[in-house]
Amino acid sequence: MNQATFTLTLDGTAVTATPGDTLWQVAKRAGETIPHLCFKDADGYRADGNCRACMVEVEGERALVASCLREAKPGMVVHSATSERSRVAREGVLEMLAVDQPPREQSPDRSSHFWAMADQLAIDVSAVSERLPKHAERPAPTVHHVAERSSAVVKDRSHSAMAVNLDACIECNLCVRACREVQVNDVIGLANRGSASKIVFDFDDPMGDSTCVACGECVQACPTGALMPSTLVDANGVGDSASTDKQVDSVCPYCGVGCQLTYHLKNDEIVYVEGRNGPSNHNRLCVKGRFGFDYPRHPSRLTTPLIRREGVAKGLDPDFDPAQPLTHFREASWDEALAFAADGLINLKKERGPQALAGFGSAKCSNEEAWLFQKLIRTGFGSNNVDHCTRLCHASSVAALMECLGSGAVTASFMQAANADVVILTGCNPAVNHPVAATFFKQAAKRGTKFIIIDPRGQALDAYAHLSVRFKPGADVALFNALLNVIVSEGLYDSAYIAEHTEGFEALKAHVVDMTPEAMSAQCGVDAETIREMARIYANAERAMIFWGMGISQHTHGTDNARCLISLALACGHTGRPGTGLHPLRGQNNVQGASDAGMIPMVMPDYQPVGDDQLRSAFEELWNTPLDNQPGLTVVEIMDAIHDHQIRGMYILGENPAMSDPDLSHAREALGKLEHLVVQDLFVTETAQYADVILPASAWPEKDGSVTNTNRQVQLGRAAMPLPGDARPDWWIIQQLAQRFGLSWQYQHPREVFAEMKQGMASLDHISWERLESEQSVTYPCPSDDAPGQDVVFGDAFPRLGGKAKFSATRPIPPDEPVDDEYPTVLTTGRQLEHWHTGSMTRRAKVLDDLEPLAVASLSINEMQRLKLAPGDRLSITTRRGSIVLAARVDSGMPDGMVFVPFAYAEAAANLLTNPALDPDGKIPEFKYAACRLAAVEKEEATS
Amino acid sequence: MTPNNKQDEERLMTVQTLTPPRRARGKTRGRSLVPDVLDALRQLLGDEREEPKRRQRDLLIEHLHVIQDALGHLPLSHLRALATYMNLPMAEVYETATFYAHFDVIHDDQAAPPALTLRVCDSLSCQLAGAEALRSELAAGTDPTEVRVLRAPCMGRCDTAPVVEVGHYHLGHASVENVQAAIAADHTHPEPVDWPRLDAYRLTGGYTLLNACRAGEVSVESLMETLESANLRGLGGAGFPTFKKWFFVRAEAGPRYCAINADEGEPGTFKDRHYLERAPHQFLEGALISAWAVEADALYIYLRDEYPALLDVMHQAIKELENAGLVAPGYILVRRGAGAYICGEESAMIESLEGKPGKPRHRPPFVAQRGLFDRPTLVNNVETVYWIPAIFAQGAEWFASHGRHGRSGLRSFSVSGRVNKPGVHLAPAGITLNELIEEYAGGMQAGHTLAGYLPGGASGGILPASKADIPLDFDTLHEHGCFIGSAAVVVLSDHDNLRDVATNLLGFFADESCGQCTPCRVGTEKMLTLLERDAWDAETLERLSQVMMDASICGLGQAAPNPVLGLLRDFRSQLAAQNVIIKG
Repeated sequence: MNQATFTLTLDGTAVTATPGDTLWQVAKRAGETIPHLCFKDADGYRADGNCRACMVEVEGERALVASCLREAKPGMVVHSATSERSRVAREGVLEMLAVDQPPREQSPDRSSHFWAMADQLAIDVSAVSERLPKHAERPAPTVHHVAERSSAVVKDRSHSAMAVNLDACIECNLCVRACREVQVNDVIGLANRGSASKIVFDFDDPMGDSTCVACGECVQACPTGALMPSTLVDANGVGDSASTDKQVDSVCPYCGVGCQLTYHLKNDEIVYVEGRNGPSNHNRLCVKGRFGFDYPRHPSRLTTPLIRREGVAKGLDPDFDPAQPLTHFREASWDEALAFAADGLINLKKERGPQALAGFGSAKCSNEEAWLFQKLIRTGFGSNNVDHCTRLCHASSVAALMECLGSGAVTASFMQAANADVVILTGCNPAVNHPVAATFFKQAAKRGTKFIIIDPRGQALDAYAHLSVRFKPGADVALFNALLNVIVSEGLYDSAYIAEHTEGFEALKAHVVDMTPEAMSAQCGVDAETIREMARIYANAERAMIFWGMGISQHTHGTDNARCLISLALACGHTGRPGTGLHPLRGQNNVQGASDAGMIPMVMPDYQPVGDDQLRSAFEELWNTPLDNQPGLTVVEIMDAIHDHQIRGMYILGENPAMSDPDLSHAREALGKLEHLVVQDLFVTETAQYADVILPASAWPEKDGSVTNTNRQVQLGRAAMPLPGDARPDWWIIQQLAQRFGLSWQYQHPREVFAEMKQGMASLDHISWERLESEQSVTYPCPSDDAPGQDVVFGDAFPRLGGKAKFSATRPIPPDEPVDDEYPTVLTTGRQLEHWHTGSMTRRAKVLDDLEPLAVASLSINEMQRLKLAPGDRLSITTRRGSIVLAARVDSGMPDGMVFVPFAYAEAAANLLTNPALDPDGKIPEFKYAACRLAAVEKEEATS
Repeated sequence: MTPNNKQDEERLMTVQTLTPPRRARGKTRGRSLVPDVLDALRQLLGDEREEPKRRQRDLLIEHLHVIQDALGHLPLSHLRALATYMNLPMAEVYETATFYAHFDVIHDDQAAPPALTLRVCDSLSCQLAGAEALRSELAAGTDPTEVRVLRAPCMGRCDTAPVVEVGHYHLGHASVENVQAAIAADHTHPEPVDWPRLDAYRLTGGYTLLNACRAGEVSVESLMETLESANLRGLGGAGFPTFKKWFFVRAEAGPRYCAINADEGEPGTFKDRHYLERAPHQFLEGALISAWAVEADALYIYLRDEYPALLDVMHQAIKELENAGLVAPGYILVRRGAGAYICGEESAMIESLEGKPGKPRHRPPFVAQRGLFDRPTLVNNVETVYWIPAIFAQGAEWFASHGRHGRSGLRSFSVSGRVNKPGVHLAPAGITLNELIEEYAGGMQAGHTLAGYLPGGASGGILPASKADIPLDFDTLHEHGCFIGSAAVVVLSDHDNLRDVATNLLGFFADESCGQCTPCRVGTEKMLTLLERDAWDAETLERLSQVMMDASICGLGQAAPNPVLGLLRDFRSQLAAQNVIIKG
């Protein structure tokens, strides 16, 4: 027995426990599952001991104790299964609750945990009802100060995702803990007292009208079915959580957090989804990952290859209905469609050479699909003209990280925030874009980590911030240099770390000397004292991290922004240790993996430059093909190259540049000019409306594949449901095209692709498909076949020549298109919680579409008043490139002089407005800053 | 390509084939903040942007009081603004606001309460004095648009039952006539208390002990020895030796806090009010000595909201101390309760001090280890600390020398019910009920014969007249299924309906249950319903009692069945005589 363990007596038998074990856990190990209702045996759930179903007798104590809560102590003598008092208490509690439950067959969940516990204790509800009165029997309420209100929420179907029936509620508080302590969304409370106690959303508002963000954690926690996924109950609120027939473990296809989940299916349809205990989510999910899975069966899902009808012009026809594509396209067999697709490209290559072709993959692709896609472009098309949406997300961050650290990935997982004393969040809005990561941030903040949020806009996490600093949009570099100035001038830097691990600090010191807080204050709109305070808090922390998002990267100075953040971390020695690091929060489920797999024009897999003969030759050997040694074109460059008649044919897999590129008129015009466009997707996206041929692809729940999340965790997605109609797995389609390009590919399954990837990617060392299958998740870099991967990297050295990281100095430059008298307002773009990327999936998911059905522009109350707009009124937004009309939303987080537009809405496409000016290093457009003009749209005009 | 009208927009939507057109949400999720209301709140509470301390979570109840006092209720618009003001989730504001009986949360579909509220005490003593009929008559005789009549739990004035609180004026021996007269005279404010000021107290030697302690002339150890010799025990009801409590708190690493429980809510109890009105400085000196003994960073006084006049007394007395340099400004913090019996339970009181619903905490850890703001906290009752200067001045022997029937010490009995002289009677520990009635309470009222009594308020159980000769003290009643608690003795006579007694007490517990644990939240209500039935099912009542006593988190649920078990044990024939059929 090791020293930490001790013994106690449970039902007459000596049992072993370790400090911190509860009696419930001790009993469970001994083989007894003590009845429990308010206790959830899952990560993150504090025992609350309120239901009193798990009582045990401890010798020497007058009353019984709740086993879920009580810690085992050496020598304790506990009576559980053998205790008559405990039995009476457990039964008594279940009896009291059971008599007030709806009858089991009419309850929201006849297979609920509650009924399982009642069964375990053999509760005979009808017999108990003879003895115990029902709550409903009372002539008057017992709690006098709580007035009965007809508006009190009891049965509530106001939310499209979740059904509320508080008649089945036992006030166990699990949903409150789920909402307040686990996800920290702070919507659910337990109001009133005594028998008037009731679960409330905000002020007892209907769930659908409340601040609920629909993470669904409460539904997953509820033991009675009082909170249920709407898909599991009928119109009368009656349901059964055991009505599904299949469960498949997978990973979420939305943001870069990479939540593990379990699909629950019936008749091959996903009925509901639950979080799984993955390393990045600990059973948690957000609204998209829990409720956004009906898109694969949307009526507009493509199930047959389509070829454009003769004479039908390419472009966005307002009369086109994606669910009725045969107006513009005709159905084709796979043989015909593949031949047509490939021949068009092959002919262009023959006529114009390899540089006439390009490919856009997608960060939605699995690692294997990304690998095959870039391999096809490189070995089949014959160029490096392959890129994907990483270009639009974090290309600048990666550029800066590669330059300064020698690696483009995060240096530490977001879980390390829990170990940090200080965390800077800048240019990111995790509660919206990385909701599950945000839950861990909020928990860390509650435990004492100081969060500094630096952003022009306010956000939900401000409520948990130690400091929330708003600065002028586009003035990032000025602000960050001022922070560096303070760190230098006040001597807050870590000399030992700098000496051992970095180069170029003296130059940086000299460089920032004039950029004092006082000098930069006016430019960035933050007072000098606040800048000093931020710098001191960050620099003086024992452990500090920096997280950033696209507010940093999507600027013409995006790479400079990231360079500054890297300099901050290096100067203070805040990398390489637990609780320290640099973490660009990745936007898409596999933007890390797709980039790692080489879907980038200037580098091969694992960021190996195409121009490096030695590195390239390794791939030439692996693929047995000569490779182009010239870097290819990036996303926006490809669009320009189409205009310049260089690129004439494209293969676009899962990407939607007709929505996601900046200056859409320009981009769409380019797509229209292509002589041959092959689009592979689930739907006739806006991009597919320019296609010559559309290949019906596979949705995430329909295929196997690995993905790599923002934490460098490689995880497996598994096929859960069949492909509809004639849709095909993406890897199969790519292979079919490759074969037509004369490549002799014969992969039978993605695992074979993964095996090949390991030959070209050292990052996958010690990570095998089999290991992913058994361990679910492995972090790279991974030191051996049986060791976990490294959550924090670069403790010893950086992967640069000499092992040292580099300081890169920067100077503030203004946004490419500053506001002026004609265009006086800053337009910024991004995502909403419910809608992901261009909305092609999420706007076809019923719940998500219900929650955010229409395009809105967010404005401050002052801007609304200035424009004489009421909430919901329509306004136009005009830039030098275009104009859109959409509804106005008042948002207290918005600063004056700025408007925010999500880019997921085709009917008011934000990217018609955005500025395509590029960051010189990352080639990323300035999505976060364009000069625009706002105007109210007359109501008559809007409705005519 | 820009869609300029709705038709185009719908056509372009890639989802339009399934979903009908809907309206865009013009606001962020949830209730909107009304900026004007936030401004109004800042007028009331001060500007939190200038003084961030006003955002402190523990001030929530204080802020709610300010709004309730100013508006007469709590509109949701203000609660919404308060959530922003305090940077709190709406749900947390709402939980606290709806927990306490003195807050009137008014929903959008509810009318604001009328300007005047009459609270008719429905504790057992007042019920015996006809409170129920009085409440009906008052309700019938007033215009509900101008006056509302509420029932309210014990107001700590049982010696003047029945009691009606007119606005915030507590009217004893209330009748329809004197209530109407008070309304007519606009007599709705607390009756001021005439209390001995600091100077007067100091003339009698007040604060010499505190000064001696602070000057090092009296050590904590010696003072603890004195308290041990005097056998001073926690007089809030638990009877835990005071010196031991100090010892335990001192054993924990600082910072520590001291909190005085001035929330005597046990029906029939009014001794703390008695001492606070008559000797506020003696109490404060005792409290400050307690705080000194544990080197507390702050001294909190949690005063029940039923004692509005005392709130004033406390503020003034503390001001006197601050002005006299005896206490650093801000060291003593008075916090108002808001109408919740459970906050007399020390961990519930601590939750309330933190601005939360008063839901008791689990033990371990004990509040001495982790109490207010999760720091070691000494919680003492008002009367307990009140005695400290007196015991020191007069000697431990003086206090310990009192006592009868083998017991030692003095007890302040709050006597009410069918006696001639109800009131706080300082009597020897161990005195019997018969002795207490005869020697102190002026005997039974004319025409009344002792039928039984509650030795310790609503929760202490019920004893028959045949057990009126047992010593009343801590520990002595256990064998009879009772406890003395706060020594609130309610005397019942042959005129009193025992079913009404039982339903009054269980009704009280059900109203005051915090709702946290199943046995109490559900059990109190089920028991009340069972007691209201014509026939009492003894077996079901006893099983329910066992579950409540064994499995409730705190004393409320554990003790709530005591009176019922007492009646089933000792009053079967009387119940039968009053037509209560008992099955089993």
